[in-house]
Amino acid sequence: MSLSENDVNKIAHLARLGIENEDIGHYAQDLSGLLALMAQMEALDTTGIKPMAHPLDQCQRLRPDVVTEQNQRDHFQAIAPQTQDGLYLVPKVIE
Amino acid sequence: MHSQTISQLAHGLRSGQFSSVELTQHFLERIKRYPELNAYITVTDQPALQTAQLADAKIAAGTAGLLTGIPMAHKDIFCTQGVKTSCASKMLDNFIAPYNATLVDKLDQAGAVMLGKLNMDEFAMGSSNETSFYGAAKNPWDTNKVPGGSSGGSAVAVAAQLAVYATGTDTGGSIRQPAALCGITGLKPTYGRISRYGMIAYASSLDQAGPMARSAEDAAILLQAMAGFDPKDSTSADVPVADYLADINQPLQGLTIGLPKEFFAESLNAEMAGVLATAIAEYQKLGATIKDVSMPNLKLAIPAYYVIASAECSANLSRFDGVRFGHRCQNAQDLTDLYVRSRGEAFGKEVKRRILMGTYALSAGYYDAYYLKAQKVRRLISEDFSKALTEVDVIMSPVTPSPAFGIGEKLADPIEMYLADIYTIAVNLAGLPALSVPAGFINGLPAGLQIIGNYFQEAKLLNVAHRYQQVTDWHHQQPQKFS
Repeated sequence: MSLSENDVNKIAHLARLGIENEDIGHYAQDLSGLLALMAQMEALDTTGIKPMAHPLDQCQRLRPDVVTEQNQRDHFQAIAPQTQDGLYLVPKVIE
Repeated sequence: MHSQTISQLAHGLRSGQFSSVELTQHFLERIKRYPELNAYITVTDQPALQTAQLADAKIAAGTAGLLTGIPMAHKDIFCTQGVKTSCASKMLDNFIAPYNATLVDKLDQAGAVMLGKLNMDEFAMGSSNETSFYGAAKNPWDTNKVPGGSSGGSAVAVAAQLAVYATGTDTGGSIRQPAALCGITGLKPTYGRISRYGMIAYASSLDQAGPMARSAEDAAILLQAMAGFDPKDSTSADVPVADYLADINQPLQGLTIGLPKEFFAESLNAEMAGVLATAIAEYQKLGATIKDVSMPNLKLAIPAYYVIASAECSANLSRFDGVRFGHRCQNAQDLTDLYVRSRGEAFGKEVKRRILMGTYALSAGYYDAYYLKAQKVRRLISEDFSKALTEVDVIMSPVTPSPAFGIGEKLADPIEMYLADIYTIAVNLAGLPALSVPAGFINGLPAGLQIIGNYFQEAKLLNVAHRYQQVTDWHHQQPQKFS
């Protein structure tokens, strides 16, 4: 399996990731090489094997539904690029 | 005094040989003296001296612990309130953490004096520290060589004695590999042993923090302070913390060491094989017996790891969007443009490569073939370890296929760089604890021995490493230029 420059552009769009035009060829080559490496897994029969999502096969812990955090909005927004009236500002989305 | 261990320094502080302020000043001067190592991203000299003053008061009042007043530094992946936490990325070059990681809080409470934040590969993605936005840290044994990565700055700081100890994180070998290449002791505990809260995530099912220090005894003291259940980390292990110093001196008579034949294949560098043989002979003298074990699925650890780690990285790094914190592009035309350019301008090439790889592996139509397949392979690798660890007490192997390589040598071929992680990566997939101890030199560069144990048996690993360090002096060797 090898990826074309067009494939790389599609993946970059899915990831909302800007990449330089002159780098696209390198990424196509690197990702194709990686896919070849990953294809080695195909040789192993994994029929009936349960996928391992967590090294200790631990379940998601639950806790009582009580408030544990204080409101620190101003503190956290102090490092935001742009805010107004306690809201994060982004380019206009709805006309 | 910069070459002393934690216990020696704690004794020196208590007996009044020097104060924490003097000790801290001494390390700050050393950091200033060796800027060429590029170990630190940020030096927090004034806060360090203030903390040292408080530590001196505690020591005088008799309320100090072993770590009180000892100068150390954090990998720049741990959030430190009010201090820049960059993860060695342009993305977070302007990020002042609004809170502390649990690990940072725990060491603060133990009285640690933070000297600053350490260099690393960008977002911990790399094995050479060369992907850092702030440039590569240099190996103190030969400054033309890489220190390893991703916790490269941490290993350099400890090896060149610019800190008594450092924190690191290990997703595929990022504590053990730089520890081996710089000649120090590094421990990756069991997954979940140390809280991940406030540790910037790369691959959440693999990431684990741990200590990097001069000796196994120091690592034991540090793990004691760092380990424990944390309700703020949903994958934190709710398992009692052992006393890591209690059995550190236990004799090794009767210990069974497993050697995976897949790790000792013909591809292993002859000099590295020699280092391993010498170390294993030392263990036999200490009363251990050796047994060959087989782990047939180990050969698929690298492909499985790079699918899983890339997939988790692409999901984790989606939070960096230019909206709430971090880098934001100028004059965005619309929301998509804001995302695309903020991320495009601020992530380096290796991070982009992994985001692309992970996005592809998780995309519709490919998920089963890559991500799900890798998770199944992961289980088989983990079962190989479990089976081997029913037959032996610990498993030993090299940490790296060769000693430190030259800066720039492997940058052109990312896959070659990935393949160098062969000995460390499988341990993360299984979630097991493992440590790296200095075991010799090859052409003047340090080489490490990896010791892998069963889940939550860090005390056993530290015991096995400590006994070895009682009869060898590899861990006492210092790079002459910085001694």
